[in-house]
Amino acid sequence: MPEKASLLSIYSYLPQTNCGECGEPNCMVFVSKLLERKANPEDCPPLKKPKYKEQMAKLVELLVPPIREVKIGVGEDVVKIGGKEVMYRHELTYHNPTAIAIDVSDLMDDGKIVERCRAVEAFSLVRIGERLRLNMIAVRCASKDPDRFSYVTSLVARSCKLPLILCSFDPKSLRAALEGGQVANRRPLLYAATEENWREVSELAKQYNCPVAVFALNLGSVKSLTKTLKARGIQDMIIDFGTHTEGGLLKESVNNSVMVRRVAVQRGDKDMGYPIMFIPAMVWMGEEVDPVTTSYKEAYIASLFLNRYADLIITHTMEVWSLLPVITLRQNIYTDPRKPVSVDSGLRTIGSPHEKSPVLLTTNFSLTYYTVANDLESAGIDCYLVVLNTEGLAVEVSVAGGQFHPSDIKDIFSSVNMEEKVKHRKLIIPGLAARLKGDIEDSTNWEVIVGPRDSSQIKGFLSKYWG
Amino acid sequence: MKEKETEALTKKLIELVERLGDLEIENVEIKAEELTLILQPVIGAMVQAPQLLPKVEEKALETLLKAEFSPPIEAYPGEVVEVRIGATKSDGGSRRKVVKIGGEKTMPFYSFELLNPNRPAFTMDVFDMPITLAKSVMQHFEDVMQDPADWAKKCVEDFGADIVSLNLVSTDPTIKDVSPKDAAKTVEKVLQAVDAPLVIGGSGNKVKDPLMLEAAAEVASGERCVLNSANVDNDYKRIVSAAKRYGHVVVAFTPMDINNQKKLNRLLLDEGLPKEQIIMDPTTAALGYGLDYTISLMERIKLSGLLGDSDLQMPILSPSSNAWGAREAWMKSEEFGPKEYRGPLWETVTAITTMMAGGDLFMLSHPATVRVLKGLVESLYEEVDVEHVYKPSKKIQDWITDIGV
Repeated sequence: MPEKASLLSIYSYLPQTNCGECGEPNCMVFVSKLLERKANPEDCPPLKKPKYKEQMAKLVELLVPPIREVKIGVGEDVVKIGGKEVMYRHELTYHNPTAIAIDVSDLMDDGKIVERCRAVEAFSLVRIGERLRLNMIAVRCASKDPDRFSYVTSLVARSCKLPLILCSFDPKSLRAALEGGQVANRRPLLYAATEENWREVSELAKQYNCPVAVFALNLGSVKSLTKTLKARGIQDMIIDFGTHTEGGLLKESVNNSVMVRRVAVQRGDKDMGYPIMFIPAMVWMGEEVDPVTTSYKEAYIASLFLNRYADLIITHTMEVWSLLPVITLRQNIYTDPRKPVSVDSGLRTIGSPHEKSPVLLTTNFSLTYYTVANDLESAGIDCYLVVLNTEGLAVEVSVAGGQFHPSDIKDIFSSVNMEEKVKHRKLIIPGLAARLKGDIEDSTNWEVIVGPRDSSQIKGFLSKYWG
Repeated sequence: MKEKETEALTKKLIELVERLGDLEIENVEIKAEELTLILQPVIGAMVQAPQLLPKVEEKALETLLKAEFSPPIEAYPGEVVEVRIGATKSDGGSRRKVVKIGGEKTMPFYSFELLNPNRPAFTMDVFDMPITLAKSVMQHFEDVMQDPADWAKKCVEDFGADIVSLNLVSTDPTIKDVSPKDAAKTVEKVLQAVDAPLVIGGSGNKVKDPLMLEAAAEVASGERCVLNSANVDNDYKRIVSAAKRYGHVVVAFTPMDINNQKKLNRLLLDEGLPKEQIIMDPTTAALGYGLDYTISLMERIKLSGLLGDSDLQMPILSPSSNAWGAREAWMKSEEFGPKEYRGPLWETVTAITTMMAGGDLFMLSHPATVRVLKGLVESLYEEVDVEHVYKPSKKIQDWITDIGV
């Protein structure tokens, strides 16, 4: 069992001078930054002196995450996956969000291939100030024809800048694609080395310096493959133990994921310390698949494995209704669990409000606040927004849980001289707080208007009820 | 070459081969004179070593290095208690069956360690008056919304709900202010209409809920319903005492905080309510709207219980129908695609996530979610014949060629 990074183990390798040259008040603070991966050993100037060379090396080794970080692609669009160190996200923020690859078959028409690649690259949704994207293209050698595969991978590479996955169990096809010229310098992921083809595929991975996926249906074989490939000098690997999507076999895939992560993170098994990939696109196999139910299933199978350590997934559908929950879940899972939940309470102005502008109320739960503020801004509404301290809880939860205190509204009003800012005495409250209408009226002596349940409807509401 | 030297070298060679592994030698019978013959050229080469050694190594890697994988099993000092919902005739009630939840001995679906004894259970939401619901939910219940008994029946008989969650929202003073006594009559009606166990929910009004739950508990005496909910802001003592007197289970609700959940559980335990009559609701936020907090909260609670914190060893309720509060679930949007699919999927993904994080009992609104979740649970509990594992009917290794364009 290797030494585990802890405050004390990290501290023992530092010069312990408390010099402050790193910008932190003392070494212990720097240690906690190192532990949270918010600083690097190179940020410690004394440690870079020759006499600490050995300690530096040991510290770097100590801080290497148990799950290797693997880079696929090059340049701006490079995808980084893995680098994980824990079993549960409350232990340490997960970083390197699950990469999502969309498949392209080499049996598609050229025009459709180009169109699909561009659509994947252009896909973008903004949620809470973050741009959410699809990250890769997985080119499938469905034709079993190396020449066609080589041609199509070049076409894909020319059509978009996203990193690629070359999918074929036939080394000849993989070689054809790599030798075809266009894609080798893009450092694609080779999918996959198996118990049958590992000699040739690992040769290709070495020759072209590409990351490679290993695929086997049982964990002993997976381990055998990673061990062998590592002995052959390959470091960047990704594990695929099979994505079962139904029946009791689904249970095996779920189990395998936990077991692989556990032996790597908690038991120091370096042969299993690689990112894990799943292929929810599997649900599309077969002749007659219904596009709606299959897109639905693909999304929930992907979600299931996002909740079980998926570092990379390959999916098929481009339906936004199916992709949206998956990328939203990814955003949720990779949010820092320790980030503040709340914004400051008090009064905000949206646009340029005047004495006749509406006054609206929301809570200080950051998600609620940013959603409401965004909606008001994008609708071009000039107004005052009162942000109530609900201990960082959303409207419905705080009303139910008793953190939504009507008396606090009065305090905010008096602290900002609200009654001088507007001539009217009307407060619009969230629809989900309707139950507190009477209490708020009693405590503020203002007229309370119950607004919509969702801030996306405020614009329509105001044009109807606010002259 | 002398015989002794040959012997020594042979031994060395075999050692070397063994160290590099995987060259089949055991099953080859070689006579002594053959060995000398075979070894002649090798020994000749060995003399010129060491530059030939790497070649032997490369050759060894012509076969896969062997590796064993054994499941990393852990032992947990604690376990979650089992809570029984509903009572059959023999237990003094009139339900057809008892739904058991909790009882976990390991984390959710770590079935390589062991299969937790009880499957997650699913309740569907019923309201005691027609209320505004997302269109894609409403379309399944339009014909029964006037009558909670019909509504409950449809949930059980048509959509496979294990339990019915009856929400008496009309009791809210700002809605209809229906009296606890009249609300209790609705409970009786629903108990007669279905033989599934019941969760009885209030309106969220902190004054009215305890009174209403007390009245409901009395008419449902012996049926082992779930009273939803006791929290620090309402008269939880009244709810606990009714649960004790009439034999029900209580939901302990806290808004998103493990320490507050622990404190509330302690308060209920101190009132003399046994763990077997408590279910925790630590808050389920919708996908995209704080679900991340819920994931970590449930995982921490479940782990704490398994590690022996006896104040957190109760099963977890996840009202996943909260997903419908997310605008992505109901809002019309061309960018996001048809809301008829998006809505139920939003609830499905929210519920799957809380199920993988440790939820035991799920409140759901849409029939599709119930169907999907039940199917998944079926798979996750299916006994798999090991022989069968590596011979699936659909060969997943064919995905590269067998997915259409």
